[in-house]
Amino acid sequence: MSAATCDKALLLQAEFDGELDAAEAAELARHRADCAECRANWATLVAAGEAVRSASRHRAPEALRRAIEARSGSAPAGVPRRWSYRWREAASFAAGAALAAAIVLAVLPRQQEGIVGSLVDDHVRALQPGHLTDVLSTDQHTVKPWFDGRLDFAPPVKNLAAQGFPLIGGRLDYLRGHPVAALAYSRGKHLIDLFVWPEANGPVAPASASRDGYNVIHWTADGMSLTAVSDLERDQLEAFVREWQHAP
Amino acid sequence: MPIYTHPMGQDSAFAAVALPHLDAAFNLARWLTGNRADAEDVVQEAMVRALTYFPSFRGGSARAWILQIVRNAAYAALKARQGERFIPNNGDGEADIIEAIPDTSDNPETALIRAQDLSRVDAMIARLPVELRETLILREIEEMSYREIAQVTSAPIGTVMSRLWRARRLLVQAAERGDKP
Repeated sequence: MSAATCDKALLLQAEFDGELDAAEAAELARHRADCAECRANWATLVAAGEAVRSASRHRAPEALRRAIEARSGSAPAGVPRRWSYRWREAASFAAGAALAAAIVLAVLPRQQEGIVGSLVDDHVRALQPGHLTDVLSTDQHTVKPWFDGRLDFAPPVKNLAAQGFPLIGGRLDYLRGHPVAALAYSRGKHLIDLFVWPEANGPVAPASASRDGYNVIHWTADGMSLTAVSDLERDQLEAFVREWQHAP
Repeated sequence: MPIYTHPMGQDSAFAAVALPHLDAAFNLARWLTGNRADAEDVVQEAMVRALTYFPSFRGGSARAWILQIVRNAAYAALKARQGERFIPNNGDGEADIIEAIPDTSDNPETALIRAQDLSRVDAMIARLPVELRETLILREIEEMSYREIAQVTSAPIGTVMSRLWRARRLLVQAAERGDKP
């Protein structure tokens, strides 16, 4: 079988997974140039990646999340008893919710705290099946006109597919009674919501927050307030914001 | 002494470390146990354990630390559920499966196009041996580095690499055979 003739399969895989340094990669590249088996193995790596991309990423159920965040003795109604019981045993863990707020305060101005919570809640709601997008399109020229007549402002819509953050679609949301545009992007299995509404003040440089395990980055530019929300690691969400700012 | 400090104290520090990884924790538990109810129990158990162990957390990848605890809790649950039948393959010398794989010289993409259906891909992954499945999930869905996966699965990096390669080949070959869920 083919695996016996080329001993570079694991090295090739390491290259595929971004685990090789430049010197190792260069050495492998010389070998790959005329190894038919490496070409076949690379195709296997790509195909497996494509397949797993369509596999499920199971999200923590809201009830479980709430149970884990709940304060001792004040677990929200509706949390199954065995959870609240367990968490009362582990009582000192209780400060989860307070802590998330504390991080917000440390970075974003206090008056933003409620908005951050609303946007994270909205992002989580949008993750439920079928709720992600009102207009499902990877084309900004389809998404942007969709907002016409639904909003009294024109949100900037950019597709960052080339930068690794393809546009999935958009939807209309309400924040404190005002309509806002929500643009959905993907990064691997992760989703990013970008909330957009008009903002007279600014520009304001990006500031980050974390709440309930979601990262939030807010900034204003060109008369718009922009807030990115995702469960991506913060550095990746920052990369998304940078790409957004630099994209035409 | 814990090196992680937080102005609101130890418990808040724990929450700051653990909560961002709750989805990853649940995803791993769900893929290991195969059902939602067991996964919820496993995550809950793991979080209780993690809080207990937290003073010994020395920094580094919080996600790897949490998932290592989740994985251990999941294995304990699988063992309780399956009894003696649960025999994770922890050793080296794991050439067994790869030898059994038929050659796949033609085009893997073609077969995968047919397999893009979510439930089919999920079913094919679910049928992988547990140590291959967890390695594949941690790499492809959680996008962890080899080093982090090695920590989570308590395996040498070389073992992580060979498991990952076997998992990917088995997946592609299952698709090429047109396996039904």
